Amino acid sequence: MSGLIIDNISMRFDLPNGAAVQALQNVSLELKQGELLSVLGPSGCGKTTLLNILAGFLAPTEGQIVLGGKRVVGPSPERGMVFQQGALFEWMNVRHNIDFGPRMKGMAKAERDRITDHLLETVGLHDFGEKAVYELSGGMQQRVALARCLANDPDVILMDEPLGALDALTREKMQGLVLKLWKETGKTVVLITHSVEEALLLGERLLVMAPRPGRIFREYNLPFAERGVNMDLREVKKSEGFAETREEILSMIWGMEEEIMGKKEGAA
Amino acid sequence: MVLVFYVAIFVVSMLVWGRIKAHRGRHDFTSLKTVTFGDESAIQPDRVASVISILSVFLIWGAFTGSSIVPLHVPGPFVGEAGFTYTARAPEGAEAEAEVRVMVHEAGVAPVTPEVPEGSGFAKGDAAVVQAWRSVLLRPVENDGEGAVVVAINGQPIAVDDRVEVTGGTVTLTPRGALNFQAAKGWQMEPIWLPAPEAVVARFVEIATNGYQNTSLWGHLGASLARVMAGFVLGSIVGIPLGYAMGLSGWFRGWFDPIVEFMRPVPPLALIPLVIIWFGIWETGKVVLLFLAALWIMTIAARSGVSGVKLSKIHAAYSLGASKAQILRHVIIPNSLPDIFTGARVAMGVCWGTVVAAELVAAQKGAGMMIIAASKFQLTDIVVMGIILIGIIGYGIDILMRMAEKRLVPWKGRG
Ligand SMILES: Nc1ncnc2c1ncn2[C@@H]1O[C@H](COP(=O)(O)OP(=O)(O)OP(=O)(O)O)[C@@H](O)[C@H]1O
Ligand SMILES: [Mg+2]
Repeated sequence: MSGLIIDNISMRFDLPNGAAVQALQNVSLELKQGELLSVLGPSGCGKTTLLNILAGFLAPTEGQIVLGGKRVVGPSPERGMVFQQGALFEWMNVRHNIDFGPRMKGMAKAERDRITDHLLETVGLHDFGEKAVYELSGGMQQRVALARCLANDPDVILMDEPLGALDALTREKMQGLVLKLWKETGKTVVLITHSVEEALLLGERLLVMAPRPGRIFREYNLPFAERGVNMDLREVKKSEGFAETREEILSMIWGMEEEIMGKKEGAA
Repeated sequence: MVLVFYVAIFVVSMLVWGRIKAHRGRHDFTSLKTVTFGDESAIQPDRVASVISILSVFLIWGAFTGSSIVPLHVPGPFVGEAGFTYTARAPEGAEAEAEVRVMVHEAGVAPVTPEVPEGSGFAKGDAAVVQAWRSVLLRPVENDGEGAVVVAINGQPIAVDDRVEVTGGTVTLTPRGALNFQAAKGWQMEPIWLPAPEAVVARFVEIATNGYQNTSLWGHLGASLARVMAGFVLGSIVGIPLGYAMGLSGWFRGWFDPIVEFMRPVPPLALIPLVIIWFGIWETGKVVLLFLAALWIMTIAARSGVSGVKLSKIHAAYSLGASKAQILRHVIIPNSLPDIFTGARVAMGVCWGTVVAAELVAAQKGAGMMIIAASKFQLTDIVVMGIILIGIIGYGIDILMRMAEKRLVPWKGRG
């Protein structure tokens, strides 16, 4: 079994001036293979920190991450990453960006090309393989980033605001693509987002985090991602329960933001 | 004077071309912008201005050197027969007038001594020759009898150190009673100060075919270029890996930071004396100097190229399964190339300037040696030619580097 277990993670940053930031406190969660988890929360609540720990770029001060029965100790190709933007290699064309992982593994060219061609098709970039990445639009670049991650066939895909820099329309299209790829590949996905709507649309499970210390505030199991597989996303937004849940979460986050502001004013 | 002309050409051509442009009307995107002052993207170098700028440099150069390729000249030096009359006074008080004729001739032309004019009374006429721009000391009263002194020029009374304007020059009475005749200089420059453009071109053709001081022109320029290349390549071979090491290892950075930061502001020219003492004045010394000039620039360029890599790119590469060596090879090095190219352009420029300076100090061949040797013989045309060639080659190197950069790192600035 290749479930992802977040086992009582705490993360404290000791600042050079002697102070410390408790970025995460006692975060525990279990994800089954093929689940899609979206993570929401006000700025600074430790979302990126959690993802960096999952990816293995940071070691938590307490707790551990276990994937497929093995403890995570560092970055590995079984946990692929999709970043917000600017993480493509602009000195390689689209094809070489996508087959970077297989190439580093030493996979034969014919096999690599087969995978790349298939992925170019999947993300809708079949004619763009030989283009330079800086010639592509932001949305196309994120398609390349998705394909690059998938080319490595990871068990888990970690995304930190992958659609954050896109315009509303492109973003909606990309949300559809993410859902489609998730269903087709059956990967476990952790998606960080600032958009409540996106979190609801894509998250089979949804985590709302609260800051200071960063912790899990609420957890939801949602039906919308399942609906979105067979339904237009705009229909999903109108479907039963969507608007109510959105309002509930929005007011929850607004409450946290107000609390933060209040604390700041109190401190000042 | 020259500056006034230059500013005049600048202003007049700007106004005229502005009128022409406004008249023709341009309809591109920029012309529709209503705010261009301060909008950097709306400022394109006006190519017409560049052409006029270059032309006006030659125009002024030609006009002030009496060049035959320029139709207009500022007044040149006086050439021809100059003269004046002087009044001599004998010791007993009698006065008499006589004429002095001075033939002012161009350099390199055999002068014709003018006929000695007659005088009046005891004063006898005199004749002399002088080259244009120069002065000559005259003693017109020498043949006027014992004890005669000059008291007036052209009827104008003159005292010691007084100056009188006469036809074709000025006359000054020296304390010892002689007359100093200075031929009128006009506004043009003497060739020894600044030769005419065609003289420089002629010299270029001559040296290009016959060489200078036993070495062909290409030999001189090639020697300089070879030194630059040697120094630059050595500096890069050491500097780039050093820069990478400094970007990747805290120990290396800590160790070399003080050295690099200390050496960076020291101009390579300041190292010439020490390099000469340690490595001698010949090839080794020069290559070492250029190596040092290039080394720090390339080290800093490589270091900032490595530091400039986005962390998300490194993270992406790690989670795609790349090893450290693969990340260095496929991510860090390509990511640093734009910075390295920028550094290389700077380094080549600095090396080219430094090699010329080093050759001024001592060399058997090279562009700098050519101009310093020529200056010792006051061959200003060779000096000017050398300066122009040095400028053109430096500019050419930069253009080549920029073209190479465009071809090899097309992703520069598009990350
Ligand atoms: N390297 C670090 N050193 C010190 N403090 C850090 C470091 N990284 C993160 N933090 C702190 O940890 C807290 C959580 O940061 P994190 O980046 O995980 O927040 P986030 O939820 O991703 O915010 P955002 O939504 O703005 O991306 C913040 O208070 C931040 O200041
Ligand atoms: Mg973040």
